[in-house]
Amino acid sequence: MPRNVLVVGELSEGAPTSTTIELVGAGSRLAGGGTVAVTLLGNGAAAAAAATFPAGATKAFTSDDANYDQFRSDQWLAAVESAFGLASPDLVLMAQSLVGRELAPRLAFRHNTAAAMDCVHLADDGGTLKVTRPVYGGNALATFSFATSPAVATVRAKSQDPIEPKAGASGETAELPAAGEARAAIIGREKVEAEGLQLQDAPVVVSGGRGLGSPDGFKLVEELAAAIGKDKAAVGASRAACDLGWYPPSQQVGLTGKVVTPDLYIAVAISGASQHMAGCSGSKTIIAINKDPEANIFKSARFGIVGDYRQVLPPLIAAIKAAR
Amino acid sequence: MHLVVCAKQIPDPETPPSAFKIDPQKNEVIPAPGIAPVLSQFDGIAAEAALRIKEKAGDTKVTVISMGAESAQQAIKQVLAMGADEGVLLNDPAFEKGDPHTTATVLAAAIKKLGHVDAVFCGRQAADWDWGEVGILIAEHMNWPVAIIAKGVELQDGKFRVQRVLEDGFQTVDVPMPSVITVSNEFGEPRYPKLQQIMQAARKTVTSWKSGDLGVDAGAVGAAGARLKLERLYIPEKEGKAEIMDAETPADQAKQLVEKLKAAKIL
Ligand SMILES: Cc1cc2nc3c(=O)[nH]c(=O)nc-3n(C[C@H](O)[C@H](O)[C@H](O)COP(=O)(O)OP(=O)(O)OC[C@H]3O[C@@H](n4cnc5c(N)ncnc54)[C@H](O)[C@@H]3O)c2cc1C
Ligand SMILES: Nc1ncnc2c1ncn2[C@@H]1O[C@H](COP(=O)(O)O)[C@@H](O)[C@H]1O
Repeated sequence: MPRNVLVVGELSEGAPTSTTIELVGAGSRLAGGGTVAVTLLGNGAAAAAAATFPAGATKAFTSDDANYDQFRSDQWLAAVESAFGLASPDLVLMAQSLVGRELAPRLAFRHNTAAAMDCVHLADDGGTLKVTRPVYGGNALATFSFATSPAVATVRAKSQDPIEPKAGASGETAELPAAGEARAAIIGREKVEAEGLQLQDAPVVVSGGRGLGSPDGFKLVEELAAAIGKDKAAVGASRAACDLGWYPPSQQVGLTGKVVTPDLYIAVAISGASQHMAGCSGSKTIIAINKDPEANIFKSARFGIVGDYRQVLPPLIAAIKAAR
Repeated sequence: MHLVVCAKQIPDPETPPSAFKIDPQKNEVIPAPGIAPVLSQFDGIAAEAALRIKEKAGDTKVTVISMGAESAQQAIKQVLAMGADEGVLLNDPAFEKGDPHTTATVLAAAIKKLGHVDAVFCGRQAADWDWGEVGILIAEHMNWPVAIIAKGVELQDGKFRVQRVLEDGFQTVDVPMPSVITVSNEFGEPRYPKLQQIMQAARKTVTSWKSGDLGVDAGAVGAAGARLKLERLYIPEKEGKAEIMDAETPADQAKQLVEKLKAAKIL
């Protein structure tokens, strides 16, 4: 049975985010010949639509209204509702982002259906949609089906592969209304992102944990990242380290922080709690440096050094510098 | 003012992975022996947020509500010991094995029964199923605005000024009263009750409401009303063990690791 899919897309500097492209790809795999519509809201939305057709979208609903640039859920919900009317979806997909976290439950509520959050696997099981998501802090996985329609799901970044781009593909477009009222008023906005390479884009992430013992420990972690290359490695942290104020929360890796999938993840003085691993277990290779040989992190790591990071990192930094 | 805190009791999320077990027949977590259930972390922080507002504003009542087993009294007592005024337990077999939608239906019915409420404080997500939905769905039931993932909340000119955690920083929003606010760990640690407060809380009676008291249709909540059907709950296979560098000194281990990384074309 064909399935109509509606993807709530997001823009970053006028282009669809990589997660939007992944969701459109997942949507086109699940559509089985149904339509794959995508909404794009904010400055540059209409122009950005072109990038979604090769990725698998068959329709794009856009509004170029800059009032959508900052996410206000009341405004976005109204826009997505109008797209919903045009697309008659059986399945609505959103990113597990600021937008999806709030919009998915609200949209589901308004259509007497349910939203499954933070899904990592979406499958068609003989015509029934089944979604799988980590639960119990990543200790377990749970597979759900929907008793109501449409199914609404938010999807973890990088969990879905985009499709092979269809060169020259095009699709229908339609315009969504401009932004209306919002009950919550945005008063201010503060960016506290690390300079340079962003965590999610970095091919290498070096993270520090509570075992560093003090904020000073992060200096060595930063040095290790710099030795690997400022253009290659970003620095992350466990929640314990962030909660202690040793590193900014924007750099937290894990269930309630960022999900990273680098080629190489180096965990320094991190025990490897399931909630932390939820944010890095998709890394190609994990290296653990921990003084406790029994630390959980060694179960997920490919390589490990058992020892005090204060003694291990300086020679490691030197050896990496020498190897480059 | 009247503030409500929604507090859930959950299996301890810090249970070591080796003690975390699932019954594959029942699709249920087997309680780890000797590890008591706890108040979901973020809900303790939500209580802290409500109590700080109460202290500043004065003349404010804080009611804590929990839907769950009889043992969830413990979670309620913990929030009472922190300084909440009244507790309500929503305990009914009809409420069991639901989903975020049915949970929010029960909690919203209880909030309506409480009468005048100025704000509801929830955790950003319950640290067992990690949905992050119930607060938002309560707001939808009440037709109130919601501000999620707060790290700061203050009462200002009859509105709540909420500092929210975003992916790349913070945002300050004003939400009118009444509204729902969900609180994240960036807010800070919840207070530790004093022994005397724990003893006072132990003596307080907790009101108990069932589906009949709330006027909710037993067929619309719990397993019967759930819109999300759990098909399978399982523990994912973990890959084996790390290859530990076995050279004598840390310096040699570091060199050994770099050699391995070069050989595997990782560096
Ligand atoms: C609902 C929920 C959500 C959560 N979300 C997240 C999340 O998003 N991200 C996250 O990270 N956590 C999260 N947590 C917390 C998580 O459960 C752990 O408490 C946390 O990850 C522990 O951080 P840590 O490994 O830095 O600290 P610890 O567990 O204290 O580990 C420190 C490690 O350092 C080692 N060590 C100590 N000294 C040294 C030394 N000198 N040299 C080398 N090693 C040393 C120790 O052996 C130990 O293994 C969450 C928890 C809950 C309940
Ligand atoms: N059974 C419950 N009793 C009381 N509050 C709950 C319950 N379930 C969820 N909540 C509240 O809703 C928040 C989000 O839960 P969830 O959507 O399940 O992740 C929790 O942090 C609690 O504040």
